[in-house]
Amino acid sequence: MPWITRGLARGIVTTGYPRRPDGYDPGFCSSIVVDPDHDADASLAEVAARCPTDAISVVDGRARLDRGRCVLCGRCSALRPDVFRLDPGHETSVIGRSELVVPDIDDDDAGLEVTREQLARRVKALRRSIHIRHVDAGSDGSDEWEVAALTNPIYDVQRLGIYFTASPRHADVLLVTGLGSAGMVQPLRHTYDVMPHPKVVIAAGVDAASGGLVGSGYAARGGIDDLVPVDVYVPGSPPSPFGLLHGILLSVGLLPTKANPGAGSSPERPTGQPFPEGSPPRDAR
Amino acid sequence: MTHETATAQTPEAFISSVTDRVNRGNRFCGLFASPRDHDTRLLAVVASDERLTVDEVVLPAGVSEYPSLTPEVPAAAWYEREIRDLYGLDAVGQAQPDPLIFPFPSGSERPRPGSGDPLGAIEPDTTPLPAHLSGEGVFTIPYGPVRSGVFESIEYLVETPGEDIPSLRTRVFYKHRGVEKRFENMDVEDGVLLAERVEGVATVAHAIAFCSAIERIVGVEISPQSGMIRVIHAELERVANHLDSTLRHTETAGQAVAYARLTTHKERVLRLRSQLCGSRFGRGVVVPGGVTAPLRLDSGQLLAALTELESSIRDDCRLLLATPSFIDRLRSTGILPPELATSCAALGPVGRGSGQMEDVRFTRPYAGYRHLGHQVLEPRIDGDALARQYIRLEEMWGAFHLIRQAADELDRAGSPRGGRWHEVVEPAIGEAIGWAEAPQGEVLYLVELDGLRLRRVKPRSASFHNLALFPSAFPKDILTDFAFIEASFGLSIAGVVG
Repeated sequence: MPWITRGLARGIVTTGYPRRPDGYDPGFCSSIVVDPDHDADASLAEVAARCPTDAISVVDGRARLDRGRCVLCGRCSALRPDVFRLDPGHETSVIGRSELVVPDIDDDDAGLEVTREQLARRVKALRRSIHIRHVDAGSDGSDEWEVAALTNPIYDVQRLGIYFTASPRHADVLLVTGLGSAGMVQPLRHTYDVMPHPKVVIAAGVDAASGGLVGSGYAARGGIDDLVPVDVYVPGSPPSPFGLLHGILLSVGLLPTKANPGAGSSPERPTGQPFPEGSPPRDAR
Repeated sequence: MTHETATAQTPEAFISSVTDRVNRGNRFCGLFASPRDHDTRLLAVVASDERLTVDEVVLPAGVSEYPSLTPEVPAAAWYEREIRDLYGLDAVGQAQPDPLIFPFPSGSERPRPGSGDPLGAIEPDTTPLPAHLSGEGVFTIPYGPVRSGVFESIEYLVETPGEDIPSLRTRVFYKHRGVEKRFENMDVEDGVLLAERVEGVATVAHAIAFCSAIERIVGVEISPQSGMIRVIHAELERVANHLDSTLRHTETAGQAVAYARLTTHKERVLRLRSQLCGSRFGRGVVVPGGVTAPLRLDSGQLLAALTELESSIRDDCRLLLATPSFIDRLRSTGILPPELATSCAALGPVGRGSGQMEDVRFTRPYAGYRHLGHQVLEPRIDGDALARQYIRLEEMWGAFHLIRQAADELDRAGSPRGGRWHEVVEPAIGEAIGWAEAPQGEVLYLVELDGLRLRRVKPRSASFHNLALFPSAFPKDILTDFAFIEASFGLSIAGVVG
């Protein structure tokens, strides 16, 4: 009995995201933004050399940063705050690996459009009931906390029709954390294989995108890209719950758009989202 | 030097020296290997009340075995299996020959972390383990590595005739990442970032243990202010982890409201941590020589947030402990016998639930703990999941108390001298051991430094040491108790396999 009153006592703690932005935490940063207009500068090569995961490259004196490698240590923004800036926005998930590299200077719009449309067509039938199977393929353990947080009352993904499922045979989305450890190659592949079509794969965190700080080695495969076909990448080390939620909604076309602010099931292009690019078109299934 | 090293001339003398120390009441902390040129050193670390002692012996190149320590010191078993996997050295007389950390195919080259020799990608030999038991109606449940829920990957092989669990084995290699090999030749600045990711839920404890080893080698003292900041982050990490273990109990016991509330509290703790430093796990705070920056909240804001948090957590936990349907599931579940906890030197809350009260925050104080008061916990010897739960709650209240004191001290002390939050780390050559009490128990780092490059880093998490005891905590328990016992151990698999 006391638990009943206690359950009601606090009122609603659940976020309004994605219908409206959440005011969470000005102190928390999810990505590094690179000033696209910075002056060409030879000394940036030194900053790139200090990056612990080689996320920064300098071409013709201009810096580019791969968010799929960045562990947000903040070293670059401390050295060159005029070029690199920690950014609190959590909507950093992308469709297609090359989209993680900022600033975006390639324009293969046609290729992007194809990838995006194929994913949108593929997930159309899922509508508003999304079942997720999580697999740990060699994480550091913190990623699982952030994934599990999605079901707490604050994020409460069930309100959006998103559920975690134990059986891969009931799953629509494969959410993978970890760097692709050698021991998990087979179990991960097997999980993917038994999922019914249509299916979507999300690489959650830089470990899954690139291997992160450990990278590749005798037991680390440097990310899950070569193990399963990844559709959506969520940067972060570990990714935050809001970042994960954004990635999930992006993957299944449920992000609110201007035309459909109620987070509709129609897979229209989310506003403000960059077009995906690069990765070879996947079968439409 | 923070520890004494005794070098034995022969492996036999080494074994008898370690055995002797353990028999005299010292606690066995671990057995480790480190290459020196083509030879391999074996290092056994034991702890007396206030110091560590290291026994050392050199196995020359070409020698591929040494006498096992396990018959005399049972806690050595997993360490010997780990050394066998990573270095190809056999402990003669070891009863458990299965691979542990990574099942290298036979004849495969071994990584020998610390040797600096490169090693390409290796496919593990994933042949299933043969059944231990046979008999009518006995079957094997392979539980994992992909488990039913959001968990880290591990496989439990449960052999059961139906309800009770006469045999339980763990296979942990699935998520082995090769972290020790990765540490080779990293510079110190990057090394701490990797240490933070060895066991991600204990980021701060690992960073402190790594950095204090470096600070010992280099010979720098951190400022009292940085020490207090380390305490605040480490204690918030403890609160988050103990809440996690508790909420997993409530989930398994079907206490839906308690679960919802505790997950909310845990989220608030992570948010408070990110407000203090920009990371929900306290990453990027601890660096060799101190901390990166002061807290981003002033002590008034911190204390207000803390008071609110503590009172709501206490309130819910008080009610939880008065809820029979919760308590009944934990009482006499998963008993780890105190004799076993002693002989295997169980660590952290797992050990403290079975009478092993040592807490290195207070026996070998580091960071700011020397200057802070703490309550001594009542010894508990029940050894069940409930005892571990009580210990965790008391440690949480203790953590809040420590954070308050540390915040006061910080206020009083103002900025460190010259406004420097971290001292300069000059290149040095040497080796040292660093430690910290993670939420899971004592974390050790054996570090060998050459200039500003790391030659060998050996992290030893409490999760590794304690998981070896996990199968022993099922004397009378049945399958439905499994989830409680696992949650009450509160281990991180990433920390086990590295």
